[in-house]
Formats: sequence, structure tokens, C-alpha cells
Amino acid sequence: MPSFPEAAHDAVRNETLRGNLRHATHTIRDKRAVAVSELDDWAQLREAGMRIKDQTLRHLDRHLVQLEKSVTAAGGTVHWAADADEANRIVADLVKATGESEVVKVKSMATQEIGLNEALEAEGIRAYETDLAELIVQLGEDRPSHILVPAIHRNRGEIRDIFAREMSEWGRPAPEGLTDSPADLAEAARLHLREKFLRAKVGVSGANFMVAETGTLVVVESEGNGRMCLTLPETLISVVGIEKIVPTWRDLEVFLQTLPRSSTAERMNPYTSMWTGTTDGDGPKTFHLVLLDNGRTDALADEVGRQALRCIRCSACLNVCPVYERAGGHAYGSVYPGPIGAILTPQLRGTASEIDASLPYASSLCGACYDVCPVAIDIPEVLVHLRERVADQGGKGHRLEKAAVKAASWVLDHPSVLAAGERLASATRTLHPKRLPGPGARQWTESRDLPEMPAEPFRDWWKKNRS
Amino acid sequence: MRVALFATCVNDAVYPSTAIATVKVLERLGVEVDFPAAQTCCGQPQFNTGYRRETEPLVRRMARAFEGYAYVVAPSGSCVAMVRDNYPRIGARAAAEGRGPALAEAASSLVPRTYELTEFLVDVLGVTDVGAYFPHRVTYHPSCHGLRMLGLGDRPRRLLAAVKGLELLELPGAEECCGFGGTFAVKNPDVSAAMGADKVRHAASTGAEVLCGADNSCLMHIGGMLRRQDAPQRVLHLAEILASTEEEPLA
Ligand code: SF4
Repeated sequence: MPSFPEAAHDAVRNETLRGNLRHATHTIRDKRAVAVSELDDWAQLREAGMRIKDQTLRHLDRHLVQLEKSVTAAGGTVHWAADADEANRIVADLVKATGESEVVKVKSMATQEIGLNEALEAEGIRAYETDLAELIVQLGEDRPSHILVPAIHRNRGEIRDIFAREMSEWGRPAPEGLTDSPADLAEAARLHLREKFLRAKVGVSGANFMVAETGTLVVVESEGNGRMCLTLPETLISVVGIEKIVPTWRDLEVFLQTLPRSSTAERMNPYTSMWTGTTDGDGPKTFHLVLLDNGRTDALADEVGRQALRCIRCSACLNVCPVYERAGGHAYGSVYPGPIGAILTPQLRGTASEIDASLPYASSLCGACYDVCPVAIDIPEVLVHLRERVADQGGKGHRLEKAAVKAASWVLDHPSVLAAGERLASATRTLHPKRLPGPGARQWTESRDLPEMPAEPFRDWWKKNRS
Repeated sequence: MRVALFATCVNDAVYPSTAIATVKVLERLGVEVDFPAAQTCCGQPQFNTGYRRETEPLVRRMARAFEGYAYVVAPSGSCVAMVRDNYPRIGARAAAEGRGPALAEAASSLVPRTYELTEFLVDVLGVTDVGAYFPHRVTYHPSCHGLRMLGLGDRPRRLLAAVKGLELLELPGAEECCGFGGTFAVKNPDVSAAMGADKVRHAASTGAEVLCGADNSCLMHIGGMLRRQDAPQRVLHLAEILASTEEEPLA
């Protein structure tokens, strides 16, 4: 994966992509603002959400043990996975033990994060995505580009073409003469998916929340396809990041208000599914919970960075981010795009690779993300904090940069040297070219003129006129 | 009343006219202005690029340069936001890393005394009509740091609206970042330019002759794009509009 600026280079020039993204994000951000303004206690809800998550993270070990007990008592089985490989192996083994070679899936960021579909494929198991947008992404052999609307980068015409071309490969073909009307597309997906739901013996899900006191998992969604995945199969395997825990049902109350308004601008989610272990004659007979670490305890250990674990994946920050809007979700090189991706991914994966080291810089620090975040994650603060980590590790460009910053800081700590430099710049101003070579200056002058230097710096004016 | 002008390094070196305008506006309102020459840079570019430790001497320098002044006024929202939001953090981290409480104390002493120009005019001096005259069509771009970190709200617009002869035009998508973002403009040139292009397009759609802002770093980026495109519009710092009078009008 190339660095963020390289990956963004083409996206910025893709007019269709930028048009699709601008339209979708602006529509949802305007609706969100209305939905949020309806609540006069939004600020308190935001504060409460932040505190609940912080408290929970502080005692995560205790809450996780309680959750394990509750899930086990309710008839489920808990598995602990330290990383992606371990989680994938656990899930593959569980599926194989059922004798099945197909699973249906409800949209889950955790399973995308660990590349579960590919891992299952390698074991001869096919995973069918059942969320409409995920289906589009899967059929298009594409990657998701938004947390909530994974196919946000596609318009209706493109979706029609994907359905018409690919559905027959995976199961029931698209109806003849499929148009690009939303109703037609939804009906084609419904028919295609129904066949999958009725056949599947194993379901795989994630969860938005896990309630420690009862061992209950919660999924909120808009389409109801997730609920089918959770209730129809005989075996349900849920893969959930350890940070998704809340201690009690009372805590849920806060998030069930802030999440829908922040994500889809709805007062509540059309479908809220909750399942607790297994129940005779109702729903799956076997339930497995795979608790996923995969870098989360590393993030937890970082005092500034850990606030990223408060994220409830509402995607409000993506929808207001001017950088996401131009660069598109794929440029972030992970399932977590946008501002939250820029701070979460480098913490989960480390900053060794080129893409991960470039993510903390994928922001102008405009602060719009912090303003909308329903759990008040100070994303700009974490970005700058992670930049420090990247700068410290040296590597491409940063050694030179550090030397330059050190030199500049020395000059800035010596006002007389600074004044001399300013005077020199002013004195030679007629010689300054409009376009410059060299790192930094070249990028700047590619699309903008440099300012002309003044005849004299301010401090000289002051000396002449005021002191 | 006596205040210390924090000109900021960018204004000192590249946009002295903004600092001069700030002096003139304040003096016109009966304020005595000092320019402590020991000041240089608040350290924002270094800090935001990930060089927190390298910023520490500058925090110390700022605190020393402005010691003894009840008010420090700067015509730059982003530099004031740096002091207000990040100085306490830098001080706290230095203390946590075992370098003592001195930096945190210096940083926190500066925070409540540091004002962005429009805050100072509206909140401290209690004026919105500063007696300015500028008979032109103007649109205002609220820079992100002033807008979101300082919460300047409608203060700049109220000051502009009170300028004699000035026609204030609403900028579509005003609250969107212009794409400058310090080193962001250099590290992510494509995205930065795309954001700037949209800002310039919106500004043009207003029909204003002048795009006004209260942060020269953003204006350097937007103005640089306008000039590259040979656009008829120009950028001006808010202070320069406020300094313009009927006796001494800004061209
Ligand atoms: S960081 Fe905040 S705004 Fe962004 S997805 Fe997470 S909870 Fe939502």
C-alpha cells in the first residue's frame, strides 16, 4: 500500500468519485446536524458517552472477565484472540466443525479488519456479505470506503452494472432488464440474499456493543438483513473488538441515542438486535464469541491515543472531513478510513509501514471531526501525538525534517538572528522566483504562488516608527 | 490600557502590513501598544508537525517575552489557539516526563492573557464599530482555528458589518477548511490544492472583490491560488480593513 498522499493523488483527479463522495457526505452531514439539534441535552449525552467509555476502558480487564462469565452462563462459548491470525483460525475451525462450507455475514468491521473472508476462502469456506452496501462491495471485488456506507464511492448506475454482471456468479442472478432505480436494486438484492439466508447453517457477525452484566450483544442496523443472519442459522459466531464493551444496560441508553443521530441522522435505528447466549427453540443453537485484541491493548497503553478506543463507529467524522471527501476512503489503506482511521489504524498496526506512517499527516487539523464526534474524541490531539511518534522513529523524510526543525527552533530562540534573516529575505525579494525546487517549496509552488516578501519586516518598521 | 502585540512570525517576516494595521486599530481606540522584541514564534508549525520537544524553548521564550502584560493581542487565530490549547499540554507533558513544573507554570500564566484581535476588540474593549471605512464588497472566510478552537463565532463578521461602506457577502461553505493546515499543504499537496480550489470557487461565486480572513497563513494559501489563476479577487487580513479610514483609506 502506498503512502496516503500517493494513494490520494488519483482519487483527487477522479471527478466521478469526488462527485459521489461530495454528494453523499454533504447530504448526510446536513441531516445529522438537524437530528442532533433536536436534542437539547446533546452536550450532556456526548459528555456521558465519553465518560462511560473512559471508565470502562480504565477497568477493561475486569469488565471483560465479567462478560466472559455472563456469556458462558447464558450458554455461549468465549474465545480470546490476540491477533488477526488467531481470530481467523478460531473462526475457520468453528465453521469446519459444523461441516459447512458457507457462511452468511452481517456487516462487521472487526472481521474486515482481520481479513476473515479471505482467510475462510483459503480454507474452502465461502462468506456471503448480506448488508446491501457490503454486497455491492463484495460483488464488485472492491474494498469498502466508508464505515457505514461501504459503497459510498459508487453511484446507482455503477451498482446496477455490478449486479447485472456478478450476481449470477454468486447465486441467484439479477432480474432481466434491471434498472438503476433504488427500489429495483433493493429488490434484486433481496431476492439474491433470501436464497442465502434460507440455506445458511452458520452466521458470522460483529457487534456494536457488548453488555458485560448480562453477556448481551447488540447490533444496530437499517435493513434487517443483519437480524436474519443473527436468528436464522443454527450456529452464530460473533467476532468483536474488546473495546466494544459497556458495563450495564443503563450505559447503552446513552449510545442508542447518540449513535443513530450521528450516523444515519435517525432518531433511532430501524433495527436493534440483542442476543444473549442461546435459547431453546429460538435462534441459533450454538453461540461463539471471539474477543479480538489485534493491537487494542497497545492503543490502551497510550495515554493520549487510547481515546480512539471510545469510537462507536458512527462515521460522523468521515462525513464532515474535507480530506476524506477529496481523497476517498481507499486512500487510508484500511477498513477504518477518514479521521478515525487516521488515528486508529496507526495505533492498531503500528507506524512501521509507509501508509501507516503517513496517516497521522492525512489531516489539515481543521477540527471538524472533533466537533461532531459523539464521544468527544479529540482527533486532532491524537493526530499530532502520533506525528510525534512517526517523527521520532525517523525514516523517510523525517530525519531531514527534524534537522530543519531543530535549526529553525534555534533561530527562533535567537531574535537577532531571526531579524537578520528577515532583513535578508526582504532585501533579496526581487530575486525570489515564482516557482521553487526542493522539498516543500516545489509542492507549494505547484498550485500556488509564493507571497512576495515585504520591503522590511515588521520589527524594523516598529523600530523606525514607534520606539 | 497597555497591551503587548504578539505580531507572530509570519506577520513579522511576510505580512508586516497586518501587524502595522493591528497597531493602528488599537491605538485609534486609545490603547497603548508595546512590541516586546524578544518574541519570535509560538512554535505551532513545529508542534503540529510532531516536534513537541523542539517547541519547549519557544514556549519558554513566549512566556518570558510577554511577562508583566495583562493583555497579549495577536492578529492570528491559529497562533492564539496554539497558546491556549497546546501550551498547557506541552507544559503538562514536560512535567510528566520529569522536566519539572516550570514550563507548565509559564505556559498556563500566558493562556488567560492571550487574545485574538477580534476577541480583544469585542470582549475586552467592547466595540464592534472601530470607525473603519472600506467601500468594497467583502466576503469572510473564518479560519478553522478561530472558528472551532477559539470559538470566535460572529465577532469578526460583526466587526466587518460595522465598517462604513463595506458590503458583507456570505461565503458558501464558509466553515470548511481552506486546505492550508500548515505542513499539510506540503505533505498532502493534491488534497490541499483540491480544498483550496473549492474555497476559491466559492469565494468567486459571491462576487466579492476581497476575501477577508483573520489568519494570514490561510490567506497565503488562498491568495497564492488566486494569483496563480490570475483571479480578480484579492485577499486581505481583517485588521487591514479595520485600519482603513476615510482619512487614510486602504487602496
Ligand atoms: S471517531 Fe467519533 S465521529 Fe468518528 S466514527 Fe468514531 S465515534 Fe463517530
